[in-house]
Amino acid sequence: MRQHPRYVDMDKCIACGQCAAKCPKKVDDEYNAGLNKRKAIYVPYSQAVPLKYAIDPRYCIYLQKGRCGVCAKVCPSGAINFEDTEKMRTIEVGSVILAPGFRSFDPGRLDTYSYGQAPNVITAVEFERILSATGPFGGHLVKPSAAKAGTAPKKIAWIQCVGSRDINRCDHGYCSSVCCMYAVKQAVMARDHSSGDLECAIFYMDMRTQGKDFDRYLENAKKSGIRFERARVHSVAPPQHGDDLTLRYARQNGDIAEETFDIVVLSTGLEIAPESVALAEKLGVPLNSDHFAATDSFAPVATGKPGIFACGAFTGPKDIPHSVMEASAAAAAATESLSVARHSQTHTLVLPKETDVSGQAPRIGVFVCNCGINIGGVVRVPEVAEYARTLPNVTYVEENLFTCSQDTQDKMAEVIAREKLNRVVVAACTPRTHEPLFQATLASAGLNRYLFEMANIRNQDSWVHANDPDAATRKAKDLVAMAVAKAALLTPLTQTELPMSRNALVVGGGIAGLTAARALARQGFPVHLVEKSDVLGGHGRRLRATWRGEPVGERLAGLIADLEADPLVHIHTNTAVTEVDGFVGNFKTRISTGGGSETIDHGVAILATGAKEYKPKEYLYGQHPAVVTQTELDDLIGAGDERLAGATDVVFIQCVGSRNAERPYCSKVCCTHALRNALAIKAASPETNIYVIYRDMRTYGLREEIFREARAQGVMFFQYDPEAPPAVEAEGDRVRVTFHDHILNRPVAVDADLLALAAAVVSDAENGLAQFFKVPVDGDGWLLEAHQKLRPVDFATDGVFLCGLAHYPKPIDESVSQALAAAARAATFLARDTILVGGVVSWIDPALCTGCGGCIQVCPYNAIAMSEITGMAEVNPALCKGCGACAAACPSEAPILMGFNNRQLYAQIHSALAA
Amino acid sequence: MTISNAAQPKGAVLVAGGGIAGMQAALDMADAGFFVYLVERSPSIGGVMAQLDKTFPTNDCSM
Repeated sequence: MRQHPRYVDMDKCIACGQCAAKCPKKVDDEYNAGLNKRKAIYVPYSQAVPLKYAIDPRYCIYLQKGRCGVCAKVCPSGAINFEDTEKMRTIEVGSVILAPGFRSFDPGRLDTYSYGQAPNVITAVEFERILSATGPFGGHLVKPSAAKAGTAPKKIAWIQCVGSRDINRCDHGYCSSVCCMYAVKQAVMARDHSSGDLECAIFYMDMRTQGKDFDRYLENAKKSGIRFERARVHSVAPPQHGDDLTLRYARQNGDIAEETFDIVVLSTGLEIAPESVALAEKLGVPLNSDHFAATDSFAPVATGKPGIFACGAFTGPKDIPHSVMEASAAAAAATESLSVARHSQTHTLVLPKETDVSGQAPRIGVFVCNCGINIGGVVRVPEVAEYARTLPNVTYVEENLFTCSQDTQDKMAEVIAREKLNRVVVAACTPRTHEPLFQATLASAGLNRYLFEMANIRNQDSWVHANDPDAATRKAKDLVAMAVAKAALLTPLTQTELPMSRNALVVGGGIAGLTAARALARQGFPVHLVEKSDVLGGHGRRLRATWRGEPVGERLAGLIADLEADPLVHIHTNTAVTEVDGFVGNFKTRISTGGGSETIDHGVAILATGAKEYKPKEYLYGQHPAVVTQTELDDLIGAGDERLAGATDVVFIQCVGSRNAERPYCSKVCCTHALRNALAIKAASPETNIYVIYRDMRTYGLREEIFREARAQGVMFFQYDPEAPPAVEAEGDRVRVTFHDHILNRPVAVDADLLALAAAVVSDAENGLAQFFKVPVDGDGWLLEAHQKLRPVDFATDGVFLCGLAHYPKPIDESVSQALAAAARAATFLARDTILVGGVVSWIDPALCTGCGGCIQVCPYNAIAMSEITGMAEVNPALCKGCGACAAACPSEAPILMGFNNRQLYAQIHSALAA
Repeated sequence: MTISNAAQPKGAVLVAGGGIAGMQAALDMADAGFFVYLVERSPSIGGVMAQLDKTFPTNDCSM
C-alpha cells in the first residue's frame, strides 16, 4: 500500500482551522461539487472523520513553488510538516474487500443539455449540495446564475437517465437504479425549501421506484403536485434572452413539445471510475462489460479472484440500504475462511481496577470545550470556565480547544488521578457522538464510566444563538450549572456479564434461510434450521433460472448438500416454532416436529420465512384455462408444454395485484421474471408474438440488459395506466385482451393463446412468528427492520435478524446478499463470550408499582413484563435500552431510570430555575 | 499486500474504500473479532453519502 503524504501531523492537528483561514490559495471545493471554493489546506467538510486538516499538494504554493508556508507559521500546535513523504506499507491479510464506490456521470460529455454552458443546468449532485445547509448557498434554493442576488427558481425540471440506459451517446446501457428515487426526493425537498409556488416536473421513461416504501413515496409526491412527464428529452437549449432554459421533448404519443424552466437538473447515473478499473486490473479481479465487478447471483459479493470480495456500487448500481446490506454480506463472506483465526489479530483492552468512590464527597472536574471556533467563536468560553469554578463541589476546571482530541484525553486521565476527581463534566457537543469517548477515558483512569455528565453548549447553544454571544454565554453557564448539579448526585452503575449461547436458530428453509445457515456454520457456529414444510428450497424449487441464467435447481441442490454434510447444521423439516422465550444470548425456543417437541437454546435468531404468490382475482384467472401466472408459465416452459409450442400470440400483463390501493408496493421481481420467460419462449419459437402490457418496466440496474435483449428479439411493449387497465374476455379456448396503444392512440385487441399474469408477491406474516420474537411488521405485512438504510437486516430487538422475501420482494441475488448480511450481523454477537447487561437501564420499585401495566404499553423494546409472582411490572435489563419511556409514563414514579433518576433530574431542573 | 495461505489464515482483512459500504463491512468484521485495515484514497472517510442532503425514502439527514 502506498500512503500519500498529508503534510499535517494527525497527532498534533487540533483542527482549529487557523491554517485554512490564512491560506491564500483558493481552489474548487469538491465536496460542494465545485460550486464554491475551499483552501489548499482543508478538511473536506465540517463533520469529516478524521477531523484533521490535509494539504492538497496539487495546489499548495509552498509545495509547488517553495514559498508561502503561512499555515506553518499560524499553526498553534506545530502540526504542519512540509517534509512529509509517501510511505510504502506491506501488510498481510486473510482476505480483501473492495468497496471503491462509484462516481457520478459527467454530462459534460454530452452536447445536448447545455451542461457547462448554462449555469442553471446542473447535475443531481450539484443540486444535492444546493439543498444542503452546509452547501454553497447555505441551504437556500436559488438559481446558480443569480446566487448572489438570491433569486429563487419558479420552475425546475429533472431529466432522468442522463448517462444511463443509453448506448447511443454514452456507453452505459445499464439503469443506475437510484436516480428515479433521488429525483423524486429532490423534487419533494425543493418544494419543501421554497415558498410554495415552485413547479417541479420530472421527465422520465419508466419510474423505477421498486424498493421498500418507494412507491408510496412516489404516489405521495404525485399527490403533492409534482408533475411526472413520460417523455424523451431531445435537448436543453442554452438561454437566448435572460436565463430561461428551453426543454424540447417528445411526449409518449409522439408529439413534440417545448417548455421553459429556471433550473434543469440532470439525473446523472453511476459509473465506475477509471482508478477502480485500474485497481481491479492490478488485483486480477474480473469486471463485466460495464466495468462493474463480475459476480454470481448465488455468491453476489465474491469476485472472480479467490480471497477478494466486493460490495456496494462496485458490483452494480445500487442504493444505500442495498449497499449496507452487501457490505455486511461481504464481511461474512470475507471471513468465512478465516474463522479459525478469529480474535488472533485483535487486542483486548485491559482496564485498571475501578476506584471505590462510595462515601467520598463529590470532587467534580469540569472541562469546557471551544470546539475550535464552533463554540469559542460565539460563547465566551473563559468566562464560562471561570463561572464553573464557583459552582458547588467543583474542584478542577480546564478550558480546551478540542476536549475530544487524543492529547486532551490523555491529559484528562492524568488530571482525574492527580486531582482525585470522582465526577467529570464535559461542556462541549452532544453525548450522542462523544459520550462513549469520554466514558472510555474515565474507565482508563479507573473511574466508573457513569460518573460522567455532558452539557451540550454547541448544538443547543452556540449553533442556535450564533448571533447573540451574550445570551449564548449566559445559556452555556446555565447548562454547565445544571450538569454540575446532576453530576454531584451520580452514582456508579454496574454492568453484569451473562453467558452468550453460540447456537443460531434460522427459521425458514428457502434460499435465504439456507444461505444464512451455511454462512453461520462456515463461521464456526452451530445452527438449527427450522422449515415448516417437508422439503428445503422454498420458492427456489419452482424457479428455472436467475435473470443472468444461472440454473436455480442445480445451485439449490448444492446448497442443501453443503448443509446436510455440515456437522454444525441441524435441519428440522416439518417443524414449527411454537414458543419463544428469553433475549439475545439466551433464547429458549420450543419447536414441534410431528408429534414431538423440543427446546432449543440459542443466542441469535434469523427470520427468513419468505412470502407467497398472489392468487389473482383479475383477468379471468382461475376461470379460463388460457390464463396463468408467471410462475405457472415457468412450469409450462420447464415441461416444454405443447400449448406454448403451438402458440402464435402470448400476452403478459404486469403489476397484477401490485401497486394498487390494497398493495401499494412494487413486487420488484415480476418485470425481470416476465422478460426472462418472454426470451425463453422467443428462443424456442421466434415466430410467437409476445405482447407485454406494463405500467413501468422495472428492469433496474444491470437487468436493463434483458429489456434491451427482449426488444431486440421482437417482444412488443405497451404501457398502461391503472385508470385504464387492459380488458380480458373469453374467446373460445383463447382470451381476447384489449388495451390502448399510445402511438396509434386507439384500442388494440389481441386474441391470446396464453395470458400470463405477473402476480404480486404477498406477505406470509400471518404465520405469527413476528409475534413470537416480538418484532414489528409494517402495514404491507413485511418484517420491519430497525432502520431502513443503516440497519437493514437488524431489528430494534438485539439478536434477531431478518432476510429474504419476508422483508420485501426481491430477486435471488439480493436474498442471498441479505442472508449473508444477517449472518454477519449475527456473528457480531456470536463472536462474544458474554453480553453485558445493566448500566443505564430502568428498575421498577415494587413498593411504588400498582400493576397498572402502563409502562408495558409504552416500552418499545418489550422489556417489561408483569411478574406472575408479585403482580408488579418488572424490567428485563437485558432487553431494556434505557429510553426512559416507562419512567415518563408511570403515574406513581415507580420506574427508576439509572443514571437519570428523579433526584438527579430534579436537581438539574432546580438549578435551571434558580439561575 | 499478500493474501495469507488457507491452512493458516491471518485473522485480518483489508477493506479498500471508506464509503458507507466499506465502513459497514469494516465495522461488522471488527465486531466479529477480525483486525481490519480500512484504506481510503481521500483525507476522510464517508464517501458520497456524506455529500447527500437527505436520503430517501425516509428523508433522514444523510450526515
